[in-house]
Amino acid sequence: MSARFTTRQVGDVTVIDAVGRITLGEGSALLRDTVKSLVAAGNKKLLMNLGDVSYIDSSGVGELVYSFTTVTSQQGQFKLLNLSKRVEDLLQITKLYTVFEVHDDETRAVRSFS
Amino acid sequence: MTGFTDTLLASNLASVDSAEAMVVESAATLGFDEDARMDLGLAIREAMVNAVAHGNAYSPNKQVRLILEAQGDAIRVTIIDQGQGFDLNQVPDPTRGENLMRESGRGLLLMQAFVDEFSVKRSPAGGAEVVLVKYASETGR
Repeated sequence: MSARFTTRQVGDVTVIDAVGRITLGEGSALLRDTVKSLVAAGNKKLLMNLGDVSYIDSSGVGELVYSFTTVTSQQGQFKLLNLSKRVEDLLQITKLYTVFEVHDDETRAVRSFS
Repeated sequence: MTGFTDTLLASNLASVDSAEAMVVESAATLGFDEDARMDLGLAIREAMVNAVAHGNAYSPNKQVRLILEAQGDAIRVTIIDQGQGFDLNQVPDPTRGENLMRESGRGLLLMQAFVDEFSVKRSPAGGAEVVLVKYASETGR
């Protein structure tokens, strides 16, 4: 299953619900376009919900890095929510786990944005 | 159980998907559990992307050779491209501070993390030849 991204607003935080596989090609390009559009529209508090993401490859990991740097360069915040064990392992292996702020509860995650 | 296939694939992303599916299906036949299949699938995917994108630069005139050998509870996959090859020691470590926020360069790290044996060398024709081995069980190692 390829990736799908839908967005919803919770207060001033934009939650991106990701579903499927974020891999090189359609999935990673779609994530980039989604984040680019949100930032261009002035959304600077992004919470990426990866709860329904079954699989991420190195390209998908690269897109998470792109999202993080794009948002933070605009003085925004980009955080992750609901990592599967597999995605968490991937971030541990790549040593990116400490770069991203990771949450497992949406309400608390939304509150954590300043 | 034994098996051997030798396949030539076009240098495009569809080949990445089909290589992953072919190897994962073979792993299922050998009794690999879901986690092991996903680990192997990811490593194959990364190796194929490396071959298709970096080795063959998506050239319609170049192909990727995939050799799949299944023996006992082990799968050995050899992926050979028609690029220039590369020296593993010259590849920047993506986990080092100065490389951590780069958007690419993690494929080789993930390949090594998700299989039991990994090697890369230049093929006789000059391209990269990556060998990945994964065992279905701990006892197979």
